[in-house]
Amino acid sequence: MAATAATSISSPLKCGLFSSTPGFSWSTRSLQFRKNERQNARKATRGVITAKIDLKPPPYPLDALQPHMSRETFEYHWGKHHRAYADNLNKQIVGTELDRKTLEEIILLTYNKGDLLPPFNNAAQVWNHTFFWESMKPGGGGEPSGELLDLINRDFGSFEAFVKEFKTAAATQFGSGWAWLVYKANRLGVGNSVNPRPSEEDKKLEIVKSPNAVNPLVWDYSPLLTIDVWEHAYYLDFQNRRPDYISVFLEKLVSWEAVSARLEAAKARAAEREREEERKKNEYEDDDEVVDNSEPTELYLESDEDDSAAD
Amino acid sequence: MALRTLITRKSPISTHLGFRGLQTFSLPDLPYDYGALEPAISGEIMQLHHQKHHQAYITNYNKALEQLDSAISKGDASTVVKLQSAIKFNGGGHVNHSIFWKNLAPVLEGGGEPPKASLGSAIDNHFGSLEALIQKMNAEGAALQGSGWVWLAVDKELKHLVVETTANQDPLVTKGPSLVPVIGIDVWEHAYYLQVFLSFSSYLNVSFLAQV
Repeated sequence: MAATAATSISSPLKCGLFSSTPGFSWSTRSLQFRKNERQNARKATRGVITAKIDLKPPPYPLDALQPHMSRETFEYHWGKHHRAYADNLNKQIVGTELDRKTLEEIILLTYNKGDLLPPFNNAAQVWNHTFFWESMKPGGGGEPSGELLDLINRDFGSFEAFVKEFKTAAATQFGSGWAWLVYKANRLGVGNSVNPRPSEEDKKLEIVKSPNAVNPLVWDYSPLLTIDVWEHAYYLDFQNRRPDYISVFLEKLVSWEAVSARLEAAKARAAEREREEERKKNEYEDDDEVVDNSEPTELYLESDEDDSAAD
Repeated sequence: MALRTLITRKSPISTHLGFRGLQTFSLPDLPYDYGALEPAISGEIMQLHHQKHHQAYITNYNKALEQLDSAISKGDASTVVKLQSAIKFNGGGHVNHSIFWKNLAPVLEGGGEPPKASLGSAIDNHFGSLEALIQKMNAEGAALQGSGWVWLAVDKELKHLVVETTANQDPLVTKGPSLVPVIGIDVWEHAYYLQVFLSFSSYLNVSFLAQV
């Protein structure tokens, strides 16, 4: 008993959100992934050209956001952290079934409903950081306008109330993580639920926060804006003063144009999805099917019901 | 209320009984100067880490305990439950950092020397060698995604050493009630980021050795 215990003692982090120690906490699904990796590795060495996830630079020079976010910060944050996530992700997926997929597809697959597979952290962090650079611009800040402002006023009461809630979310994400403004199209808060009477009011803006690499794509929301609150994002410029960093981000850096553009795209996607669902529903009705065969869309389940699977 | 906080912070003893009998906590002094661990860990990092981060955990822990006390006496169960994460974050932060400061030592006082006697032989017995243990702790620390701690611990029940990691400020006991910390390495970015010219693995190496 003691002998077997000795080998298993350095044991896995069981909590799905933080699970990341390679080689220790893989479920049978990830063992399958590993087996495929070995099989596909043979194909890769025969000269098959595979897609690579590229590291995109920020849409401005590294010193363009000074003095609010220093060039030095960018050199480390983009040049080392972001680059490492991309390099490590490519190493992890080369020769596997993930190799030819888009970054978003890799994120959703490796999120694995909360039971994170090893590439998740790198994939999500590559996406998150690109999204973050594009959420800022030189001479940023100010206030949103147009439809974005209308929705902010409708869903938060006022721009000031939105700012307060966003600042609170960013400041209270304990440990590493991100705070987000998202567009939640008709998604109810409970997984697998279907909104019985969808209306325009259900298409809401919300503020959410996430730990480590998790992002709202996995909850089927459309991200509109993010702030990185991992300490590496602000430590060189602000040290422990995260609230100051958050204020500067909102007052001097945020690109409301980018947020508005993302909102438009999110609304278009939501409308397209609705048309698709409507079309499917009509098809089945036309076929005189009484049973509702529409596929439930994969929604994030806050708690994994099947607890008996864990050791 | 503000007066009581003032009294607590100036108090030479590490705890203070408030007028309701509720213990409040204050920042323990370091047993060495901020600059004493250089060049391994800079004085700037030590000062920020101690005076800002650790102090913030203590301040918030005290606040959470007060709110908890009030909720308990009111029978407000949902507030009691809601406060649990603040207590874990901030109380854990206080517990973990208190261990961390005590374990570090300047080179002049023996910091960095390899372990001797029972710890030394336990390490050799279980991990093979000190180098093997360092390698293992480095690997675990580097693999930790996000914020957390790497620990060398004794499992009291199984009676041997183990390497463990915890997330955020979770104290080691959250991984097992029979685990006793021997060495903890803070792998939150605040612990090493201002010395970014040092690689992360160097930081793991030096803080391990400084504690041994």
